[in-house]
Amino acid sequence: MAHQPWVEKYRPRSIGEVAHQEEVVQTLQHALSSGNLPHLLFYGPPGTGKTTSALAIVRQLFGPELCKARVLELNASDERGIGVVRDKIKNFAANSVGQGVAGYPCPPFKVIILDEADSMTGDAQNALRRTMETYSRVTRFVFICNYVSRIIEPLASRCAKFRFKPLQGDVINERINHICAGAAGGGCRHILDVSGSVPPSAAQGLLAAARSPQFARVQAAVTDLIADGYPAQEILLQLQAALLQDAGAADSAKGKILVRLSEADKSLVDGSDEFLQLLGAASYAQRVLAGQA
Amino acid sequence: MLYVDKYRPKALEQFQLHSDVADNLRKLVVNGDCPHTLFYGPPGAGKKTLILALLREIYGPGVEKLKVECKPWKIKLPSSSIDLEFTTISSAYHVEMNPSDVGNRDRYVVQEIIKEMAKSRPIGTDGQRSFKVLVLNEVDQLSKEAQHSLRRTMEKYSAACRLVLCGNNVSKVIDPVRSRCLCIRVAAPSLAQVEEQVQAVAAHERLTLPVPLAKRLAAASERNLRRALLSLEACKVAQYPFAEDQEVAAPDWELYIREIAADVMLEQTPKRLFLARGKLYELLTNCIPPEVVLRRLAVELMRKLDDELRHSTAEDAAMYEHRLQEGQKAIFHLEAFLARFMSNYKQYIISLGA
Repeated sequence: MAHQPWVEKYRPRSIGEVAHQEEVVQTLQHALSSGNLPHLLFYGPPGTGKTTSALAIVRQLFGPELCKARVLELNASDERGIGVVRDKIKNFAANSVGQGVAGYPCPPFKVIILDEADSMTGDAQNALRRTMETYSRVTRFVFICNYVSRIIEPLASRCAKFRFKPLQGDVINERINHICAGAAGGGCRHILDVSGSVPPSAAQGLLAAARSPQFARVQAAVTDLIADGYPAQEILLQLQAALLQDAGAADSAKGKILVRLSEADKSLVDGSDEFLQLLGAASYAQRVLAGQA
Repeated sequence: MLYVDKYRPKALEQFQLHSDVADNLRKLVVNGDCPHTLFYGPPGAGKKTLILALLREIYGPGVEKLKVECKPWKIKLPSSSIDLEFTTISSAYHVEMNPSDVGNRDRYVVQEIIKEMAKSRPIGTDGQRSFKVLVLNEVDQLSKEAQHSLRRTMEKYSAACRLVLCGNNVSKVIDPVRSRCLCIRVAAPSLAQVEEQVQAVAAHERLTLPVPLAKRLAAASERNLRRALLSLEACKVAQYPFAEDQEVAAPDWELYIREIAADVMLEQTPKRLFLARGKLYELLTNCIPPEVVLRRLAVELMRKLDDELRHSTAEDAAMYEHRLQEGQKAIFHLEAFLARFMSNYKQYIISLGA
């Protein structure tokens, strides 16, 4: 395991080490000490510690050895259609539990972790409803997802919900320093420096082009931004920030443009072409700023 | 050997373009470790070249001994089983593949084949590296389900396997996958850089390349170095010694789209639209992706218009392209775009006359 990436190497092993999710950690620690656990639903943006927390809980409950027998982890990399829910999950849930090992609480139930549950079909989720209740004496479910709205209501209402907050800059800094100290000296800085964000000057340039009367300038600016490989969604975000701070435009104009930016973003999520979407939005912005729309 | 392959830099030290990215990559793997990476940028910018050089930096020249395999896979699902033909390019240290090739069944490729490969530890590593690399091309073309399937695989088996993802449109890659990777933007070279590289290759080949022709090669390439070098080679075949005013041939399909654009500007009638439909079908049956057709069509139309019409064309193009992605049949949306354009154009001409 010498060549483990840091995200894995420094993944917290116990729930207490999870950064920045105080309320969640506190509640879960209480549940741990009492040895009882409700069904859980973790949701929040990527990279906030949802999977880490779930793995840490089962580890602390059962210890590394018993984990294998007591925990079933299924994620989107496993086939999870309705067939699997009916067979695999139900069978595992129905099994009775064996003896615990010394040194860990080992409460008398098994845990099924369904990671990335928002990618499960509605049918598969529906099939889980009754299973959850029937076997709740010997089985607990942990659902993990980014968007809580993609979990059907009947499942969500059976779980204790925990929201994981996005991490703030200082918390991340602290954690990075913590890792740097452990990794024997600097050296890691340059790796962490590489980030994919668009420089604000890029969006400023596009906004300036949209203020000019010539369409050709807008087209050239968009062509260059795309050729430079900047993600169009990031550009839209920067454009939004630049527009909000812009003192020259009327509020009504800003509002109109922002609506169009949101439409362009939606189109991008649907898989549209970056160049055309950005050009369409910028073209509209130019018309609005010139008072033509 | 084509110039593009012949003059492709092999090692990270040799990069003249993107030397900053290459330097960072060198520092990244200097300790023998490497995170998951995602290379993104427009075509012909150098993503693949950087990836190959990165692999060479990690494993040494051994990665260049490639073998191409196309083997049938049988995937067992609880209810049924699926047969897939799937091509991989592999060396002793890495496997390269294009999972979006199999279309809407790409999810099974990720769930079964990639996971299987990721699970097994590399053999015969002569004590060098304890992980292997999977290179996934065109990752932006993967379905959302397939991308979700990648998420946990990337974490669980990271001790034995690193992923290198490569794609044009990073907006199509879901956030959770992006946040698990070191994202590396590969910008297209500027026109001046393209010109410089074309001149450098010409000098190596002992060709005399007149400056105006080099400039036009660069301009016609639209900052795509691969295209510029291919055009250079095509020009050489067409005529050598080069003439200063020699024509840089555009690809056939681009000329064809230019023709459609000229058609619809000439006359705005249902008859013209019908003719244009035939031509659009011709493009689609020749496997030109519909979004590429629409983008090129919009650019060609906008070339000759007044600003007022350019605005409406750009905004319509954005709308119809979105519908095209949502919809099933591309031809409807391409044709709708042309019809909308004809109507706008005619109205504008009439309003000018009035």
